[in-house]
Parts: sequence; structure tokens; C-alpha cells
Amino acid sequence: VNLLTRNMSGMAGPVASIIERKLTDMLKPSHLQIINESYMHSVPKNSETHFKVVVVSESFTDKKPLARHRLVNDVLKEELSSGVHALSINAFTPEQWDKGRQVDKSPNCMGGF
Amino acid sequence: MSVARSAFRMAKFGRSTYLPMTSVLTSRTTLNSLQTKDFLSNKIKIETQQPRYLSSEAPRDVQKEIGDLVAKNKVVIFMKGVPEAPQCGFSNAVVQILRMHAVTYDAHNVLVDEELRQGIKDFSSWPTIPQVYIEGEFIGGCDILLQMHQTGELIEELQKVGIKSALMDPEDEKK
Repeated sequence: VNLLTRNMSGMAGPVASIIERKLTDMLKPSHLQIINESYMHSVPKNSETHFKVVVVSESFTDKKPLARHRLVNDVLKEELSSGVHALSINAFTPEQWDKGRQVDKSPNCMGGF
Repeated sequence: MSVARSAFRMAKFGRSTYLPMTSVLTSRTTLNSLQTKDFLSNKIKIETQQPRYLSSEAPRDVQKEIGDLVAKNKVVIFMKGVPEAPQCGFSNAVVQILRMHAVTYDAHNVLVDEELRQGIKDFSSWPTIPQVYIEGEFIGGCDILLQMHQTGELIEELQKVGIKSALMDPEDEKK
């Protein structure tokens, strides 16, 4: 199941689409959610600077959280060195996800960039 | 552009700092009247200011600096803003978690130091801020710290380096 946030006119932004494609190709997730959280921060409307991703994939088995995050960072290396400036990663194995892992709400913006 | 004119322009900007001119200027000589031949004859020496470095004479070695910073204290974080006034929700989350565990730590504000901001990303091979180091080892960012806090792993990690978390269960202390 791939869920991509769409804006008011029903379009997913270009960066979000690229992120979706890359994560799908490289990690073959059973569940993928990409949420554009830029609206929560002090950036212009329709920015694609802050994202939360929920990735459920077998590739994370036997990997510690840091290793999982580094894997995701690596896949999205290009985006992270250009416009994307904050990435909240929730990486689970299918077993963990089925057990009902909760995804935390991201903290509120505190003004800085 | 004639040499004299560019000298004048530079002098206008720098005033006291950029172009102290040691020369044979008399009180009636104005910059406008300087001619190329004066420069060529070495009558006018223009000293350009050396770029100023903050610490020593050598250019800044950010990677080495960071290496020193993460060794200075058991827990070191790189954040946006300062613990008393974080300027980012994710940085604030890290500060609050550490506060709950009553950990003392060094905090470095990347918003006031652009070289540090980029340097720490290269140092850790990690693209975002905040970043948490325990005993010189990179632990992760906000997500990871939050996860470790929720599972109790953070208490263990702190205990391993000799820090007693305020949230440690009295029973666990006996372990």
C-alpha cells in the first residue's frame, strides 16, 4: 500500500513522487507512507522541505535503528542534499508493523530554519 | 579601470581596515590625483588586509574541531538554537528528552555557524540536525533518540557510559 500526501488540488509534489519511486525501487516496502510536513514549518506554501516517511520493509530485518535510517538516507541522498532539509524516518520490519507499531506525531515547528 | 581609481574605490569601502596606505601622500594629495606611475614607482604601497581567522593563523579545520567537540563531554548534541531556546521542534524534542533523563551535555548551535552546520553533516555522514553523540559515537537524530527513550534503551546507553538517568528504575540499578 503506497500512500502519498496530496495537496489541495490532488497532486503529489515532484519531490514526494521521486521519494516514493526511490524508496519503492530500493527497499521494496510492503507499506510506504510519505507525508509532506512542510506546512508545519516556517517555509513558503507548497514547499517540499520537511517529510515524514513510514517504511515497512524486509530490508530492515536484523538492522538496528541507526542502520535502518542510514539506509533510507542513502536512498534519498540526492534529495537530502538539495531541497529536503528534514526527514523523519519510521522504519519497521513487516513483523513489527503487524504487531501494531505506532508512528509518533512530529513535533511542532519552533521558528528556525 | 585605472589603478588609481580602483584604489580609491577600495579605500572607500575599507576605510581604516582595508587599505592602510603607507605612502608619501601629502596633505594636499587626494586619492583622485594618484596616478599609475606613483604605484609603479613604489611610492604608494597598498597593504591589503589578510582575511581574519577566528582562532589561529591557519584556516579553520572544521572536521578536526568537531572531532574535538564530540570528545569533550560524554553527551554532545548539535542542534538548532540553544537548550534554553530551541529553534526547531526536532531539536527541542532532543532537549526535552535529555532533560527528562537529567543528563548534562554540551550543545552546539548550528544556526550561528554555517561551517559547523555543514561540517557536522559531513562528519557524521548524516544529513539532518539535530545530532546526538554519546562518548564520541554518533547515536542518531530526534527519531532515534525518541525511540530509544520509549523503549528504555536510552537509559541503558547512558548507564553504559556511567550516566545515571533520572528515569532509571530503582530496581534496574541493582543490575
